[in-house]
Amino acid sequence: MDLSFVLGQSITQALGVTAIIYCLAAMGLNLQFGYTGLLNFGQVAFAAIGAYSVGVVVISFGASLWAAIPIGLLASVALALVLGIPTLRLRADYLAIVTIAASEIIRLMVRSIALRDTFGGANGVNGKMGQAFHDLNPFPAEIDLPFFTWTRQDLWVVAVGWSLIAIFTLGTWLLVRSPWGRVVKSIREDENAVVSLGKNAYVYKMQALILGGLLGTVGGIVWAIAKQSVQPDNFVPDVTFFSYTILLLGGAARVFGPIAGAIIFWFLLVFVGEFLNQMIAAGWITFLLPTDVGPIRFILVGLGLMGLMIFRPQGIFGDKRELALDAR
Amino acid sequence: MLIGSLLAAITALLLLAFAPGAAADGTAIVGTLKGPDGAPLASVTLTVDGPGFTNSGVSGADGLFRIEVPEGGTYQLSVDETSLPAGISLSKPADQSRSILVLMGDKKVLFSFVSGDSVAASSTSSFTWARISQLLMDGLFFGILIALGAVGLNLIFGTTGLTNFSHGELLTLGAFTAIVLNELGLNLIIAAPIAIVISAFMWGWGQNRILWKPLRRRRTGLIASMVVTIGLAITIRYVLLLFFGGSPRSYQQFAGQPGLEFGPVSVTPKSIVFAILAAIAIAATVLWLQRSRIGKATRAVSDNPALASATGIDVERVISVVWILGAGLAAFAGIYLGSTQDVTWNMGQRLLLVMFAAVTLGGLGTIYGAIAGALVVGMFVQLSTLFIPTEMKTVGALFLMIIILLVRPQGILGRRERVG
Repeated sequence: MDLSFVLGQSITQALGVTAIIYCLAAMGLNLQFGYTGLLNFGQVAFAAIGAYSVGVVVISFGASLWAAIPIGLLASVALALVLGIPTLRLRADYLAIVTIAASEIIRLMVRSIALRDTFGGANGVNGKMGQAFHDLNPFPAEIDLPFFTWTRQDLWVVAVGWSLIAIFTLGTWLLVRSPWGRVVKSIREDENAVVSLGKNAYVYKMQALILGGLLGTVGGIVWAIAKQSVQPDNFVPDVTFFSYTILLLGGAARVFGPIAGAIIFWFLLVFVGEFLNQMIAAGWITFLLPTDVGPIRFILVGLGLMGLMIFRPQGIFGDKRELALDAR
Repeated sequence: MLIGSLLAAITALLLLAFAPGAAADGTAIVGTLKGPDGAPLASVTLTVDGPGFTNSGVSGADGLFRIEVPEGGTYQLSVDETSLPAGISLSKPADQSRSILVLMGDKKVLFSFVSGDSVAASSTSSFTWARISQLLMDGLFFGILIALGAVGLNLIFGTTGLTNFSHGELLTLGAFTAIVLNELGLNLIIAAPIAIVISAFMWGWGQNRILWKPLRRRRTGLIASMVVTIGLAITIRYVLLLFFGGSPRSYQQFAGQPGLEFGPVSVTPKSIVFAILAAIAIAATVLWLQRSRIGKATRAVSDNPALASATGIDVERVISVVWILGAGLAAFAGIYLGSTQDVTWNMGQRLLLVMFAAVTLGGLGTIYGAIAGALVVGMFVQLSTLFIPTEMKTVGALFLMIIILLVRPQGILGRRERVG
């Protein structure tokens, strides 16, 4: 039983590329769900748009990565408009249903045989789609500390990723303490009151949906650049719900909530997984198979999501008064 | 992907044979290829791709293939369609290349073949009346199946306001309850009604009692409750995966029924029986809502819980009954689905969005809307394969839902003020 390996893995993952991607998705959800009260159950669709924009534009069409990124962001705005226009005037559950449906529409379309020439079917798009980014890598060598190791490539992605998160967090902080932030928070608390004060709640909700979606798309772009591979079944609805768990863990409607949530979530998830694997390998747990560890981690996420929402909706660092989540 | 077996009725099905048990040592992907008539398919080339590894194999005269892989992992198995005998193609185009998880030892893989073009290819070409009537029939059956789930979904929504994203798991739980009883030795004919009753009380009444009633008492908001349903759905799915594993199961009775021919339409007897029973169950539910005391009380609670409570209706009792009924209908749908297809840990999840499409189309909270919406969506999904590839038929239904929300958000039979 190698506890330092387990800890090392957990810390590496908690600060690594996956945590960054989920943190960005959760930051988007924080704007939408935490501050504005929009129930976006299809955040993974925005991530898929970002990732596939990079994959398709660079690999399938052979264009530059620097063209792919703005295309991805524009596509993300378009998706937010398509989802928002029919649903933002309706009750909260319609947005939830339509967004989760949209995320499945996108996944089923990109994995279809009919569109395989563009999107690669079930295999997705694979190739050096992030090369233009990795060519800029200023780090001379990989990092090799007692607890964790990062390749030179990972180091560059992680450095840029956390810098982006820092910038976006600052942006979120400025935004939510501005008049705009006060309006969206009041929409979350009582939409009718906001409308009666002459604010166009629909427009504010749409803006929050677009901004939150863009953050998810940036997460997807980071995904494609870091992993150099985009596959449809990476973008299942569970990704959205992992992001919700992260958001609720760190505390919704808290600027640092997604960051704290992502780090704690991935630390715990990897720690539990690796710990169980080691116990099974060492023969200390005999009633589980190595293949059982995956489902157990998902069960923990599901129970965590329920438990947090029921018992501590404000998360670890949140403020219960801040979040009187209630639609009707 | 959704209702492969209904589809399978269209195509002259298939093969289903495992490789012999006595296999050599080592890790390999194995299987036997047989044509729709049961004759082995020889010299078909298959290729396995993995991380840094490629191997290919050719099926022998007995249709057997065996491709060694270096270690456990996920591999991409593809069939060279040009090497198939003339007039034979895969019944599911997605099988041409699929990813296979190999753990250790031999991983058996099934392929199903049809005569003529594959479904995707024929779906764009053949506009025959035979095909249209078959699709209409399949659509009707599929619609009835969706209606079973959608009625429960809408009853729960109507009385509690909860949009239940774990309703699909009620189907799955019902199907698994039946499979446990079935594997204990009960014939499906006996196991199914027992499973429905168990599901209604354990997964319906019990779920309401343990989870939702306390949450209502705590005045948990509806948005928070929706997130809780998501957490519950994930938990149930992966608990089932943990205990029952990921490979599909099927009931011991009525598994490989041959279809009955009615003119151009082919239907399996079990589908007919299930569809008739399902239609009776739905009709009984409607009658119960219209005639019985508690049914009328349910409609009153759906209309206005506060007012209903003020007139002396025990709202909590109505909600309990609705959960029992909803879970029972969902379990029926799960067994129906599991018997015409397979029982898998995520079968309900795959149907959830189609049920939502049906409910949205008909109007959230309206029972007749749910039934009408389910029939329309069922037909639409099946008939859309005339124009779009089969693998995308769910996409069509989901698009339909979004368009309906644009033009008539309250649904076909919904009332305007419900939506606002």
